Amino acid sequence: MICVNVEITPLPGIGTRQDFMIRAGRRVGVITYRDGRFELILSKASDPDSCAASIPLSPEEANTLAGLLGAPQLVAHLREEHRDIAGITTRQLPVTAFANHTLGETALRTRTGVSIVAVVRSGNAHPSPGPDFIFENGDLAVVVGTADGLDAAAEILHGG
Amino acid sequence: MIQLGAVFFGLGLLGRVAWKIGISPIPLYLVGGLAFGVGGFVPLHGIQEFTSIASEIGVVLLLLLLGLEYSASELTTGLKRSWMAGVLDLVLNSAPGAIAALLLGWGPVAALAMAGVTYISSSGIVAKVLGDLGRLGNRETPVVLSVLVFEDLAMAVYLPVLTAVLSGVSFLGGLTSVGISLLAITVVLVVALKYGRFISAIVDSPDHEVFLLKLLGSALLVAGVASQLQVSAAVGAFLLGIAISGSTAENATRLLEPLRDLFAAMFFVVFGLNTDPRSIPPVLGIAVALAAITTLTKIVTGWWAARRQGIGKMGRMRAGVALVARGEFSIVIAGLAVASGQVDGQLAALATAYVLLMAILGPIAAKYVEPIGEFFQRRRQMA
Repeated sequence: MICVNVEITPLPGIGTRQDFMIRAGRRVGVITYRDGRFELILSKASDPDSCAASIPLSPEEANTLAGLLGAPQLVAHLREEHRDIAGITTRQLPVTAFANHTLGETALRTRTGVSIVAVVRSGNAHPSPGPDFIFENGDLAVVVGTADGLDAAAEILHGG
Repeated sequence: MIQLGAVFFGLGLLGRVAWKIGISPIPLYLVGGLAFGVGGFVPLHGIQEFTSIASEIGVVLLLLLLGLEYSASELTTGLKRSWMAGVLDLVLNSAPGAIAALLLGWGPVAALAMAGVTYISSSGIVAKVLGDLGRLGNRETPVVLSVLVFEDLAMAVYLPVLTAVLSGVSFLGGLTSVGISLLAITVVLVVALKYGRFISAIVDSPDHEVFLLKLLGSALLVAGVASQLQVSAAVGAFLLGIAISGSTAENATRLLEPLRDLFAAMFFVVFGLNTDPRSIPPVLGIAVALAAITTLTKIVTGWWAARRQGIGKMGRMRAGVALVARGEFSIVIAGLAVASGQVDGQLAALATAYVLLMAILGPIAAKYVEPIGEFFQRRRQMA
């Protein structure tokens, strides 16, 4: 995996700026205000010191954007890691049947032999959730297991 | 009551107009005060008692929120990183004020006060302008902010010194009072860094009303005790602000901001009220000259500080111009000086005229520096 150097700069009295140079030669980053607001920033092509756009985002909007950009990456990353082991795959399954129930209640591992390695909620990944992790509507479970097990798990999580 | 209502309503309208045309409301408040006060068009009577207390609270709140703005760790890291730019800023920008006062024959005490008036940028105006123009993500912005942080710390040393000198105490007495305040600052910084959460815990409360009352009460108490100790009330409030940290500070800022704006508006009006508008024309020329010189010196400061961080020419220019605005703290300093009676009365007029110019000029210059800079760059490329 290629690493990106994120520069973290404190903005006294305001918050922090985190940004990095993209290959196109522009800076992309986020300003996190002390009160939790976000701003997406993009530098001008002509003057990398200044900003062409700074777009205010509410925490929910920022989460959604992060999910759009990040969730496919997470699955791809896990798939990459498990590629060497024959018969094991990673899938992203929507959890619709267990809102407000714990992960333990699904009894997924005993019933299907698969494991939930992460839960993606509104763009944020919660890695290695424990049995007392409580699902919410709209959660995506990142599940690792055999193809048969995953099919069974999809049915259970979807309300089988 | 009617008069007071009219004053507040008028201020509200002025503030709205100001932000609409993109300048800080401070100059308009000052003009409002000038228009109504001594020698103004409509002298106001009978509300002096309230307005004078309100303006005192205004100063305490202004300084309390200045202290709250930066946490103690931000102050110390800012000091380490930007002290060279800070010292340049201090020397370049306090000298014009001090020299002007000496040339006018106002004496060393007034020179000290005027040095402060021309030195300190208005962190309120600068932060607002940077946010409005969408420059918070710019590379030069941390440079600008760290200069402001340094100014903030310089104020912590400067204000007690000024208060001591203004109170006209003997040299030895002045030294002890300065010593007390320097000791207090050190203690507060150390305590805030190590035990900030305890101080925060004392004033913190989940209930908004209780929290607000505790905050306001402790600020006024500390300010009162500080002024009893011959250290200015403003300094006390400022140090309390630094000592409160973390989430408590953020909540406090959110709660106190509207209150500060209200009382600070009163403070500017009262300062305007007590300044005779007829005394301004004689010093207007000096104010314009000072404005021109200190605009240049701030630009040099910002340019130099930004260049050290490897920022391009446009960014250096933006950093310099962003620092130009002077505002609330220049008036606070002038207010302290005039209230003591130790300085020439014309100082208030000069400070008013100067801040009027700089508070208007700063945001406008910051807005137009980019198009103007681009125009010149294009012309050079064509030539």
